[in-house]
Amino acid sequence: MTTRTLEMALSTPSLDAQGRPTRVPLGVAGRGDPNDEFGAEPMLVNIGPQHPATHGVLRLVLELEGETVIRCIPHIGYLHSGFEKLGEYRHYNQIIPLTDRTDYLSPMANNVGFALGAEKLMGIEITERCAVLRVIACEMSRIISHLVWLGTTGIDLGAYTPFLWTFYERERIYNLQEAWTGARLTTSVTRVGGMMADLPDGFEAMLRDFCKTFPKTLDEVDTVFTRNAIWCGRTQGVGVIGRDEAINYSLSGPMLRASGVDYDVRKDRPYLGYDTYNFDVPIGEHGDIYDRYRVRLEEMYQSTRILDQALDRLPALKGAPINVSDPKVILPSKSRAMSDMEAMIFHFKQVMEGVPAPAGEAYMGIENPKGELGTYLVADGTAKPVRWRIRPPSFINLACLPKLCEGALLSDVIAINASVDIVMGEIDR
Amino acid sequence: MTDGRTDGQTVGRTETAPQSESVSALRDRFGPVVLRTAVSCGDSIVWVDRARAHEVLAWLRDTPGQAFDYLTDVTAVEYRDPERDLEVSYQLRSLARRADLRIKIPLSKSGPLEVDSVVDLWKGADWLEREVFDMFGVTFKGHPDLRRILMWDTYAEGHPLRKDFPLRGHFTRAEQTRQALAANPEAHYSMEELSIAEAYDELPEEMRHRLSHGERGHVL
Repeated sequence: MTTRTLEMALSTPSLDAQGRPTRVPLGVAGRGDPNDEFGAEPMLVNIGPQHPATHGVLRLVLELEGETVIRCIPHIGYLHSGFEKLGEYRHYNQIIPLTDRTDYLSPMANNVGFALGAEKLMGIEITERCAVLRVIACEMSRIISHLVWLGTTGIDLGAYTPFLWTFYERERIYNLQEAWTGARLTTSVTRVGGMMADLPDGFEAMLRDFCKTFPKTLDEVDTVFTRNAIWCGRTQGVGVIGRDEAINYSLSGPMLRASGVDYDVRKDRPYLGYDTYNFDVPIGEHGDIYDRYRVRLEEMYQSTRILDQALDRLPALKGAPINVSDPKVILPSKSRAMSDMEAMIFHFKQVMEGVPAPAGEAYMGIENPKGELGTYLVADGTAKPVRWRIRPPSFINLACLPKLCEGALLSDVIAINASVDIVMGEIDR
Repeated sequence: MTDGRTDGQTVGRTETAPQSESVSALRDRFGPVVLRTAVSCGDSIVWVDRARAHEVLAWLRDTPGQAFDYLTDVTAVEYRDPERDLEVSYQLRSLARRADLRIKIPLSKSGPLEVDSVVDLWKGADWLEREVFDMFGVTFKGHPDLRRILMWDTYAEGHPLRKDFPLRGHFTRAEQTRQALAANPEAHYSMEELSIAEAYDELPEEMRHRLSHGERGHVL
């Protein structure tokens, strides 16, 4: 055995032309030398599927040279539940409970996405109050989903405290969801043509209070992270994907916008009247983890703005219907079904036969916290869809992980994977 | 707003939404390659012939007036009517023009379920095409790495989203349980992955034998 001298390139972060810190990988001297026992051969490292930093049952097989990733092979499917297959055996309203369980970090937004798709298929115009309630549901979901992302990514990179702050705030939204729907996670808040329930008493005041105090927590997170040397060092210039490549990889949501593409479904294909709300869409510049963080942080401020505006609209719509008036689509109230013959017949037919959709097909995309959630429904005139396809945003975002990880350090893989914001329920479906 | 060749199965209602301008441009450029067109729920749909579908998609992406630079989704549809063709569906979008278009390729079930891969046009199609292959058994010619993605590599029950696939699978519950118990976690590395680390040579003889004879293959 020869004597070996290790020379570590202990770098002081130098700045590049854009003023961003450049990183020098800590390497082992003499890499590539065939006589070198360190790092000359590629090494195989397995991460997951049972690993907290993979954010679910994701398994990554990494080929390493020293600490540098040569290749990353993701394996998915551990949580495959066959939702799309199940949907072909269910009425449209019976599918809604399945949508909770896809992206379980933002269940309400999934409910809204499916209901909008089914309504587009059936040609149903929802009521004004229903649209406002759905905007509230979507933006609450965006906030809790981004809060989970922020907290867990912070933990992945060694910051524990912001996790406690974000989960405290998330808990407040969960309480609101529970008050509204009776469930914290399996909300199933929408119905085709309306909502499961109107807002409970006191909900508006609680949400208004949240909107008032929540930005203060965000400010604190901003203070802790945005100019933090460790955070910047771990995230700036890591996992970069450029504008054209981000489009070519079909990325969506904050991943796409962090790469400088000005595309948000709420602005470009407005649904639920999003074009009547005032909000800004944050756009990144460098396409790295840091910009994804900045985009998601700003989106939470913007969601609070939208929630405030939606709450302002509610008093004028007090008592307005939340469901369309078509008795063939919306179940009558239980008391009417038990006392009125006609209502009972409608109730029976809807429960036993479901609501048929005319033959045709519809694609409806909405801006979910993780990207564009598409609902593609094909109907043949019966009450069950021929095909229910979810366009899963984090599945498509995750597909570019091998590209993002190429040439990164092993420790950066954790940060890059976290920055994609995946949720395995949706990826594996 | 549908043309005379709509079969009435897909569009069973009066559509008032206008057809996308790209549809007539496609007809002018490709003529008979465009099999038929329709508008459903406001979405324009174009059925194109399998043989030149890749050319059509490349043209839609690269022609300045079309500029469908974003591949929203790739999926497939199989209808309940067993006579109807299976369709591979591409949902395209032009980010700059804010336009959408759905291209569908009908595949006769009596022939090979095979289309050209579009991974060379959109890298985002990689996993989407793998999923269609996994769930429907459609082969994408020219795909760099076409293998199952949601189900495991040696899954032998078929393609789950096909209509002839029962909801509970082809095998009995007992057989499925038996296979799950017989699965060997050590064999969960592919041969390719093991060859990266050259770990294969260092495995015990007995395990090497099992792996090279397809440990999970033999229970099928």
